[in-house]
Amino acid sequence: MQEINWTALIIFLALFAFITWLGFAAAHWRKGDLDLLHEWGLGGRRFGTLITWFLIGGDLYTAYTFIAVPALAFGAGAVAFFAVPYTIVVYPILFLVFPRLWYVCHRHNYITAADFVRGRFGNRWLALAMAITGIVATLPYIALQLVGLQVVIGGMGISGTGYSGDLPLVIAFIVLAAFTYTSGLRAPASIAIVKDILIYLTAFAAIIAIPIQLGGFEKIFAAIPASKTLLATPGPNTTGAYGAYATLALGSALALFLYPHSITGILAASSGRAVRRNAALLPGYSFMLGLLALVGFFAIAAGVGDRPEFAAGFKQFGNNFAIPALFLDSFPSWFVGIAFAAVGIGALVPAAIMSIAAANLYTRNIHREFINSAPTDQQEAQLAKWVSLIVKFGALAFIVFLPSKFAIYLQLLGGIWIIQTLPAVMLGVYTRWFNEWALMIGWAVGIAAGTAMFIAANLAPTYTLAVAGFSFPGYAALYAVIVNLVLSVVLTPLFNLLVAGSADETEAAEYQAPV
Amino acid sequence: MPDRPLGEDMNQQDRRHSGWSWWHLLFLIQFIAVLWPPFYNRAEPTLIGLPFFYWYQLLWIIIGAILTAAVHFATDD
Repeated sequence: MQEINWTALIIFLALFAFITWLGFAAAHWRKGDLDLLHEWGLGGRRFGTLITWFLIGGDLYTAYTFIAVPALAFGAGAVAFFAVPYTIVVYPILFLVFPRLWYVCHRHNYITAADFVRGRFGNRWLALAMAITGIVATLPYIALQLVGLQVVIGGMGISGTGYSGDLPLVIAFIVLAAFTYTSGLRAPASIAIVKDILIYLTAFAAIIAIPIQLGGFEKIFAAIPASKTLLATPGPNTTGAYGAYATLALGSALALFLYPHSITGILAASSGRAVRRNAALLPGYSFMLGLLALVGFFAIAAGVGDRPEFAAGFKQFGNNFAIPALFLDSFPSWFVGIAFAAVGIGALVPAAIMSIAAANLYTRNIHREFINSAPTDQQEAQLAKWVSLIVKFGALAFIVFLPSKFAIYLQLLGGIWIIQTLPAVMLGVYTRWFNEWALMIGWAVGIAAGTAMFIAANLAPTYTLAVAGFSFPGYAALYAVIVNLVLSVVLTPLFNLLVAGSADETEAAEYQAPV
Repeated sequence: MPDRPLGEDMNQQDRRHSGWSWWHLLFLIQFIAVLWPPFYNRAEPTLIGLPFFYWYQLLWIIIGAILTAAVHFATDD
């Protein structure tokens, strides 16, 4: 690995020190009683349109995204651009479904999607299934944020042998854990503002400066093998790369706002209207993500993959090193510091929100429901703070002791699992038609089917469905949730004959703005 | 079953905020435009050297945001 890049490192550390201060100071921002779970875990539901924009943007467009999407473009080409249609179709879904969820959750002080399912369908076991799915899907996602952080730390030339090499990661995580414990959701919300400004700065610098250095887009794309610039045209009797591309985009979009950290960001907004407005404003981040995907092609054209000085980095981090290598190659050291800090801080914001979201789920839907049904407000908030710590250190141990490919596989599986909560949560905000036991069976079979497809596809998210001589390669999550939906619909009338439905504690008017 | 079909037992004023509005059909446009790769999987015409595949999809981020804003203003109270 190259020598330590001191200029970059000092700027990186200075920005890190600043957000550490900010994270602790955030406890006093829009001050609330942090001994209440909705104050600690949802920032008191006080964030207006603008802060929500920063918070959800910082939450969804994670460090790992900024490393992995360009890395996929660098390695596999055009298919990486599925992130663009994905983040286009996700916002109508946000607009149509989630303001309704916000209103009903605000009305009943629900802080998780599982709380909502519990109230809507009156079934603690279905709520438990939602909570466990959320927690299990979130943990590897937190671990992946660490991979993003690891790559930029490595990029600055900091390396070590054995576990001492992980020391900077451990320190960053202790800092993160401490301010999340102290300030709750206010910490990532305030840091998200800094992170997003840095990320925008980096993305626009990269998209303007690097093409000038490389002689323009025309030259860049001329340097890329034709097989990588477009999707392969499907052969006869198959939907080929087209089907895979579209189903990956649609399935990922359907899953995104079901993740606990997304729902935490939405519920922290001050009104359903702030959520609606954000459906029109958040595409600003999608545009930046699209530009960053192109940066993966710049890395091919710049030839960073063949440089001896980057060989060690590529060996350690694979294609995930493409972006750090390109930045080191194209930017002056001080700007490398800013860009790497953007990615590093970009890892901490979602990691904090994810750990808070997982803690909320455990506290409300597992502990309160099954272990201690009458905690005081203070006990409940205190438990959530401890759980957020445990969750983060679990993720850290995962990355330090296991190869990062496990976290990647589990995160891919997490997407297949979390989408199985769609019928109960997303359709649940529109209708109570479904029988809760039908939803439960749909969920279970969806998880099993999706996992089986993932394994059958050799641990890849794209499964090839073969029907009567035609083959349809597509995103396993989408196929599995269709199985789930069909079962939920077919079994609902049957179960309605067998068991009396549970009570619904919500009312139609509670899903809308109060008149 | 506390089954509650949309729109029923709601007065006229409530309906304005509730589930459905014809404006939501505008969203279909962006779904079709970006989820059907045959529309855009080609290199020509390029824009400042960027193949059509890329600038078409980037452009749709902006159109999608405008459509979403339009639906928001049209259905806002």
